[in-house]
Amino acid sequence: MATADLALGQPEGALSTRQRVTNDFSINVATVNGSGSQSANSVLLKSIFAMGVPVSGKNLFPSNIAGQPTWYIIRASSEGYVARKHDSEILVALNPETALADVLALPAGGVVIHEENLKLDQARGDLFYYPVPFDKITATICPEAKLRKLVKNMVYVGVVARMLAIDLGVVESCLLRQFAKKQKVFDLNFGAVKAGFDYAQENLTKQDPFFIERMNATAGKIIIDGNAACGMGAVFAGVTVVAWYPITPSTSVVEATTDLLKKLRVTPEGKATFAVVQAEDELAAIGTVLGAGWAGARSMTSTSGPGISLMAEFSGLGYYAEIPGVIFDIQRTGPSTGMPTRTQQSDLLSVAFLSHGDTKHVILLPGSMKDCFELSQAAFDLAERMQTPVFVLSDLDLGMNNWMSEPFDYPAKPLDRGKVLTAEDLERLGGFARYRDVDGDAIGWRTLPGTRHSKAAYFTRGSGHNDAAAYTENPGEYQAVMDRLALKFEKARKLVPAPVMVRDAGSKIGFLAFGSTDCALTESLDQIRKRYGVEADYMRVRAWPFTQAIHDFVAAHERIYVVEQNRDAQLASLLKLDLPAGQVVKLRSILHYNGLPVDAESITEEFVHREGL
Amino acid sequence: MATAAATPKVNHIGLPILDYRGGKSTLCAGCGHNAISERIIDAFFEMGVEPERVMKMSGIGCSSKSPAYFMSRAHSFNGVHGRMPAISTGAILANHTMTTIGVSGDGDTASIGMGQFVHLLRRNLPMIYIIENNGVYGLTKGQFSATADLGSRLKTGVVNDLPPIDTCALAIQLGATFVGRSFSGDKKQLLSMLKAAIAHKGTVLLDVISPCVTFNDHEGSTKSYKFMQENDEPINEIGFVASFDEIEVDYDSGEIYEVEMHDGSNLRLRKLLEDYDPTDKANAVRTLMESTDNDEILTGVFYINTEKPTFIDLLNVVDEPLATLPESVTRPPKSALDALMAALK
Repeated sequence: MATADLALGQPEGALSTRQRVTNDFSINVATVNGSGSQSANSVLLKSIFAMGVPVSGKNLFPSNIAGQPTWYIIRASSEGYVARKHDSEILVALNPETALADVLALPAGGVVIHEENLKLDQARGDLFYYPVPFDKITATICPEAKLRKLVKNMVYVGVVARMLAIDLGVVESCLLRQFAKKQKVFDLNFGAVKAGFDYAQENLTKQDPFFIERMNATAGKIIIDGNAACGMGAVFAGVTVVAWYPITPSTSVVEATTDLLKKLRVTPEGKATFAVVQAEDELAAIGTVLGAGWAGARSMTSTSGPGISLMAEFSGLGYYAEIPGVIFDIQRTGPSTGMPTRTQQSDLLSVAFLSHGDTKHVILLPGSMKDCFELSQAAFDLAERMQTPVFVLSDLDLGMNNWMSEPFDYPAKPLDRGKVLTAEDLERLGGFARYRDVDGDAIGWRTLPGTRHSKAAYFTRGSGHNDAAAYTENPGEYQAVMDRLALKFEKARKLVPAPVMVRDAGSKIGFLAFGSTDCALTESLDQIRKRYGVEADYMRVRAWPFTQAIHDFVAAHERIYVVEQNRDAQLASLLKLDLPAGQVVKLRSILHYNGLPVDAESITEEFVHREGL
Repeated sequence: MATAAATPKVNHIGLPILDYRGGKSTLCAGCGHNAISERIIDAFFEMGVEPERVMKMSGIGCSSKSPAYFMSRAHSFNGVHGRMPAISTGAILANHTMTTIGVSGDGDTASIGMGQFVHLLRRNLPMIYIIENNGVYGLTKGQFSATADLGSRLKTGVVNDLPPIDTCALAIQLGATFVGRSFSGDKKQLLSMLKAAIAHKGTVLLDVISPCVTFNDHEGSTKSYKFMQENDEPINEIGFVASFDEIEVDYDSGEIYEVEMHDGSNLRLRKLLEDYDPTDKANAVRTLMESTDNDEILTGVFYINTEKPTFIDLLNVVDEPLATLPESVTRPPKSALDALMAALK
């Protein structure tokens, strides 16, 4: 069963109006997209981060270029929770169209910072209102009319900083970093922040209980989005060929990759040690990836659901002809076009078996920024080691939102380029059979085009072939290759990234989840313990095929809750295919699939209901 | 009487033609595609290209099987239907030091593969792209393809009522830099064209009419041996002098259009069509369009441009193959990661 509707701002119980609330609340900046609020939101987020307070930012934006409602939610959490919070306590109401609905969605005791002339204070009597003449302030500090729309956003940063007691000096240094080397832009923007700050100082009396206070919980940490982390991983994995087709929300993976390649991978002579191709469609993107992988390059593409559907035929070729390649799928809400700017984890099943015939693919499932960086590298190693396409399933929430993370570690191991024979090897061996399992690992040796030996060449095809890569319609020869492919997939269980045992308290109840569900689930498990005294264990799955540790985890618990962000319980379905029949009955699902990132309260509520607590 | 064993003829890199042979063809006896495979073998042999330095690409269909029938010592990739361009793009980006030849068909190119085909042309990807054009789908028993001529008739009597796609006109318009048409039955023309194609740097599009003896070689077909023998109108006679050949000057330069190729070889086009200039794009397209209206099958080199940068030039990649760059080049140092992390704090 699904959890209840998780529309933004469902009341969650009145806040105490007298008790001071420090470093534990959410700010919802409601604006219209295309108004340039992104830099302002980023400065506000980074200012809280620079105050040493754990913070996360989630952009809930429309599939549109300009003029539609958009919400940016900044969550401060002294305990370091970074999932979307069910409610936001503070609203910055800059979009007249949604202002009333946004105000009505606030919990009692919430705060509204709004354009003076919106007259929102008549809507409810249980909130704190801070009217601000944003347009007037902006006009006085920004003579250029066409810049005002952008500058206005920085005015609210100043107002919020003042009302929450964020140091103005901290905001200033964050702005300086944001607009490094652009003094005029900085001056204009900081002028706006200062004007907002001064206005609030002179005209608004603090009545609400929300404060940001300095902590020391972010020292040494970084803020990054998952797509940038994946791109960084690819570059440090030595990617050389990138082919892609623009699609939300995966585009920034390739943008990040390309930026880094241009910065880090150009020779002193000015030549590129990489090639990036914007393909004509996703079919061409994956075709190029496989062509490059076949010829020996480390190649990748990045896409989302609709692109994955288009890549189906080629994925089967990659599997059957045993060609390496890395495919990032930054999942969005499906089916079909779905909601392109909303998040989901609903491509798992289609990617697992992508293409016709008996096909199955190795999937890596990053659940943190570090995972995005490290599993992205692991994907290239695995693809070449196993000679198969490897899929990295991230999602919009991980990919496009800002996350706090420990800094990334430099890769400890050299690249694994897999089993490739050189001309010297061939001279020694006298020849080879491309698809023969000579080492007992179910992986054949391959040669690269251009290898100067008369026995180097083989014929790559998606049609029936025997272990010497020759065309066959012989039942035995065909089946032998298929059986070896199945064995190769079995052996991948030991090669893929191990799951993470997040909590191991020896409970009878276990949780399994993957990807961006992690942050909400860890918070939910704390809620369950604090509110009900119930301890539960949790293992975070990081790859398919499943490792033995996942089987053991299920075997060691009486009940297993599988939490995931799709309607059809896709992770649970894969588990059911994999687990012994006696274990399958232990599985139950907690599902969330309305397009918003899952929040802890929703998981807790559903768990409590199921357990009858 | 004892005779000395005849020394097999070798090419200028010392290889006998045997080293350029492929597997036994499984196509129908008399299929035009087999003749094309033979000419490919001859051309690579005569040009002295090391077979291990060649990549053979194809899509799906009768035509796309043919890379199995020439140069077994070259790596080959028989991909999915209509997607040879994408696979070739990737392979060439991974290793642009190879000579790449792709064999496609009229269905594989002009129908299912049209989307990728036109983008390959735009990029001027350095490869030889051969369309073995018979106007029908052979493996599925004889449906019309998109290059079938208007009014052409199937064995069953069905008449094609849609206009053909002229892949040559399209290629010239979209950016291929060597565009020609030939006929599988014209050994001399096809061989010269293929040798020049090997010497060219950029996308070579060769549309080779290649009759399907099983489904499209009857009276009423415009892709039959008989029809081609009667209607083939060469616009130029192709002479090719490889860079390693001795240059003979025995022609009247007024009748010859001479092109200096990238590798130092010479392409000499004897004008059969008055004043035809193969570097004039617009004229080339107009000539092809008019020929369609006049029911003529023009062959020869329609267009050549040896100046235009290839996709590899545009991407400005290093001279070595990207595929085999060492880790020291492809993985940035720890200092680079440290700097990135510092900027994110």
